Amino acid sequence: MDVKIKGMKHEDFKDNEYIDKLVEELNATGASVMVGKFDQLINWGLSNSLWPLCFGTSCCAIEFMSLGAARYDMARFGFEVARNSPRQADYIMVQGTIVHKMAPVLRRLYEQLAEPKYVIACGGCAVSGGPFKNSYCVVTGVDQILPVDVFIPGCPPRPEAMFYGLMQLQRKIKVQKFFGGVNRKEKIEEFFKEHPENEGRMG
Amino acid sequence: MSDIKEKILEIYPEAQFTEGETLMVTVAQEKDWYPFAKALKDTPGLEFDVLTAVVGMDWVESLGVIYYLTSTSRNWEVISVKVSVTDRKDPMIHSVSDLWKVANFQEREVYDFYGIKFINHPDMRRFFLRNDWKGHPLRKDYDANPELNPIPKDDEKNEDDTVSYVEDKDGKVKKVPGKVFEEDEYVVNIGPQHPSTHGVMRFRASVDGETVKKVDVVSGYIHRGIEKLSENLTYPQILHFTDRMDYMSAHQNRHCLCMCIEKAMGVEVPRRAQIIRTMMDELMRISSHLLSFGCTAMDLGATTAFFYGFREREMVLDIFEKTCGARMSMNYNVIGGVIADLHPDFQKDVKELIRIMPDRLKEYHKVFSNNLIAKNRLKKVGHLSKEDAINYAITGPSGRGSNWSCDCRKKHPYAVYAELDFEEVLETGCDSYARYMVRMKEIEQSCKILAQLVDNIPEGEIRAQIPKIIKLPAGNWYQQVEASRGTFGVYIESTGDKTPFRVHFQSPCFNLVGVMNLTCTGYMIADLITIGAALDFVIPDIDR
Amino acid sequence: MYNFGIWTADFNNWLVSFLPDWLAVIIECVIIAVLVLLTYTVLALFYILYERKLCAWFQCRLGPMRVGKWGILQVFADMFKILVKELICLKDTDRFLFKLAPYLVITSSVVMLACLPWGRGLQIIDYNIGIFFILAVSSVGVLGILLAGWSSNNKYTLIGAMRSGAQMVSYEISLGLAIMTIIVFAGTMNINELVWQQDKAWFLFRGHIPAIIAFLIYIVAATAETNRGPFDLPEAEHELTAGYHTEYSGIHFGFFYLAEYLNLFIVSGIASLMFLGGWMPLHVPGWDGFNHAMDVIPSIVWFVLKSFFVSYIIIWFKWTFPRVRIDQMLSFEWKYLMPLSLANLILMAIFVALGWHF
Repeated sequence: MDVKIKGMKHEDFKDNEYIDKLVEELNATGASVMVGKFDQLINWGLSNSLWPLCFGTSCCAIEFMSLGAARYDMARFGFEVARNSPRQADYIMVQGTIVHKMAPVLRRLYEQLAEPKYVIACGGCAVSGGPFKNSYCVVTGVDQILPVDVFIPGCPPRPEAMFYGLMQLQRKIKVQKFFGGVNRKEKIEEFFKEHPENEGRMG
Repeated sequence: MSDIKEKILEIYPEAQFTEGETLMVTVAQEKDWYPFAKALKDTPGLEFDVLTAVVGMDWVESLGVIYYLTSTSRNWEVISVKVSVTDRKDPMIHSVSDLWKVANFQEREVYDFYGIKFINHPDMRRFFLRNDWKGHPLRKDYDANPELNPIPKDDEKNEDDTVSYVEDKDGKVKKVPGKVFEEDEYVVNIGPQHPSTHGVMRFRASVDGETVKKVDVVSGYIHRGIEKLSENLTYPQILHFTDRMDYMSAHQNRHCLCMCIEKAMGVEVPRRAQIIRTMMDELMRISSHLLSFGCTAMDLGATTAFFYGFREREMVLDIFEKTCGARMSMNYNVIGGVIADLHPDFQKDVKELIRIMPDRLKEYHKVFSNNLIAKNRLKKVGHLSKEDAINYAITGPSGRGSNWSCDCRKKHPYAVYAELDFEEVLETGCDSYARYMVRMKEIEQSCKILAQLVDNIPEGEIRAQIPKIIKLPAGNWYQQVEASRGTFGVYIESTGDKTPFRVHFQSPCFNLVGVMNLTCTGYMIADLITIGAALDFVIPDIDR
Repeated sequence: MYNFGIWTADFNNWLVSFLPDWLAVIIECVIIAVLVLLTYTVLALFYILYERKLCAWFQCRLGPMRVGKWGILQVFADMFKILVKELICLKDTDRFLFKLAPYLVITSSVVMLACLPWGRGLQIIDYNIGIFFILAVSSVGVLGILLAGWSSNNKYTLIGAMRSGAQMVSYEISLGLAIMTIIVFAGTMNINELVWQQDKAWFLFRGHIPAIIAFLIYIVAATAETNRGPFDLPEAEHELTAGYHTEYSGIHFGFFYLAEYLNLFIVSGIASLMFLGGWMPLHVPGWDGFNHAMDVIPSIVWFVLKSFFVSYIIIWFKWTFPRVRIDQMLSFEWKYLMPLSLANLILMAIFVALGWHF
């Protein structure tokens, strides 16, 4: 099974090993034809209709606006329906530094998103704390508090890089399983088991 | 200039003077500070009506505050006043927030960083950090152990509780607890994640129906501790923080910090670099005002105008990208000049931008500014009188919208601004529409400046020769520039080391949020959004 | 022009020929219900794409391009996505009302859709008070919005719902008066008759000045009724995050989303019925050849295209104008629009009494 993104060749993506591994896992567990087809249909819908939650804390948010503006136009992918209410959004793109005061808020926003939900860490600050890594109140990477699906490095990442990251997310969604099998959901639960201090707040 | 010492000695004979870049007055005893401040503000001939900066300090043996004061009537002369206390356990200084309203938030910041309590301050809460934060991070004896302050999991508790330290007639200071909002008020929480706070600002608005009664500003959701970080870095390493504070004034902010360091080192910047810096500042201003136009339109629901603004902004970003190598966070200015020479297309691109801008501005006015609904939404909303603008130190387009001439490029000319022919845009409306129009007209003025410079870039060095290891002599310096949103200031205190002893960034947006309560009270919730949009603050600049 | 009524009559006769009457009626009802729901979905999906493409073009963008050719499959992807999204119902909400609200909104718009005259002989319900019925049903939708805002137990939704209530109740008056103006002119509320009366020329031309004023009032009031910009205060994104449906997720939100677009079609449909001749082709008295040529185009196409045209205008408003404020919006209605529509009604009555029309 190949994970196709329109207009992109397999070798255009840099980290194919990861997706190949996921595909392998998927094939190993197997699925009946019926369920498999349903999965594909739903994944096609999910991956092509990623509505972002407007969540920008700093510079990256401005680049995200550029992403929506006429030159880059993320509407081409169908991503332009930016929802302000987390209930209706599909993924949260953390654009900018997360500080200690913001961490519980971000956490709550994630919990407010309706399943299936994804997290993209966009920019150096969200990936690792970036230039503010040594500060007394900066969270060094949102992966400390949320299960991150895609990391987009850069300070701030160019809109093209953001598209690349979003396409990677699409690829990832295309190999997940909605019905049965070991899928994202279990992995998220695993994440929260590894971060036990946050358990109990998942609801 | 010469008479200032006599005048100050008249009102406060015990004043000690330190000559430096600006005159520094040291207050002998803390208890003299409040009457002295009052006299500085009210005495004819002095009239220091603008509190430009409040810098908290920790000199190890004592804690204190340096106040930078500007007198508009004395041709924008700046002096600084140093107040210090030796009690490290329970430091207290009298608040001047009733004289200069801008001090309200500034003193809360100092309290947050240094634990200095301000007597008679109405609302002594922390400004950036959560109220359960242990310690005051900018103190030299701060315990940075991360276990003391782990990543919190729960919301802040008791955020309605506040406290003030009131001095009674006998000079005894009493702690008086208070509440920000009454029990029965209907408080609408706006932010930190909200589409129109332009970042992670949080407002709590108490409303009566749709009318706003009070706005409480809760800041710090992007407080990254840049000032503390800077104390451990060498001067060239600090530079990149400025691009990430007010990312829409990246060039100007960095220009300011570079100038401050150059001033301290006594470096002469080559003329070519000066002109490049000036042009980049103006391009940045255009880009910032275009974004501001777009965001104002979008907050009012006119999404299409937003896209028009971004269309031209991309042109400016292209120019940046060609020369600086990045669309945002350009990291272009360096100590002594600029990092790279201009791209060969630079002049052509700038000329093209200047050529199309007037038409595009007309288009903006057609699609948004002259729209009846937009006018009704912006006019007579968010009134800020000139007196209030001065008292709250609202500089930049927002201050000029209240007819206050406060352009730093005119008052304290730097780079090549003194030689340029441009007008300071002033509007008399004192409302959101005036602030908005100042921005639109400033785009024209920036184009005018660019047109004067684009063909007059001299050949020569782009960078002065500077030593490999930069050490500033002991002393303190304060430098201001006109950033996109107002006067941006940098304070550096050095002990002669290669890292600074203290760096303070005085950001214009910090003062802008200070007037949110004043400007929004009495208007509707929907107006709160437009007022915020017209003031146009950038949150990382506030929180730093 | 082709009469679709022949088909339906044939079908009915065929059914009755071998089935008892009551069974035939039930079967017909089921078929019609399925057809209405199908039309509803297809139209709503089309409208979502229509608006997204249009707004993109207004803003110098391309809009959805990558899912299917020119992005035509984009809305289907959205639909699948929204169907599998988690439904969130919070602890402190009023669960029954919370879940009831989206259904109220969507039911009211489905019923309105059923009343529209789709083409000659293609009408489901044909009362003698048809247009009155549509107006009555449209008021149920606002109840759904109010319930949604109230039951969510959220300050934003409550403010959104209150705004919506105030707005819809106010603008319904102007909307009703604009329609009344035409009813005074036509002398009937029967939808079918209304269309047939525009056989010679559309009401917009027959009633000239008062009809044109009524049309303009109708467009403004209809924009407000459908909660669209510049009157999109109930869901003012930049003030109230998502307004009354802030707390809804998954298909519950999908219902609001669909109903919003379908209501747009419905008000456009009513506009084309009342002012632009419904499914009646463009006829110019005297030009027989032209009239015959126009008749060749099926009536259903006429109706749909006219509705799309009116929707285009309303969409154009939304993407051009900033949002008004609640007090401005209410004073606009009560101080200007309603007195104007009342005066216009009287004007129309005078015109009709004196016979100053075509």
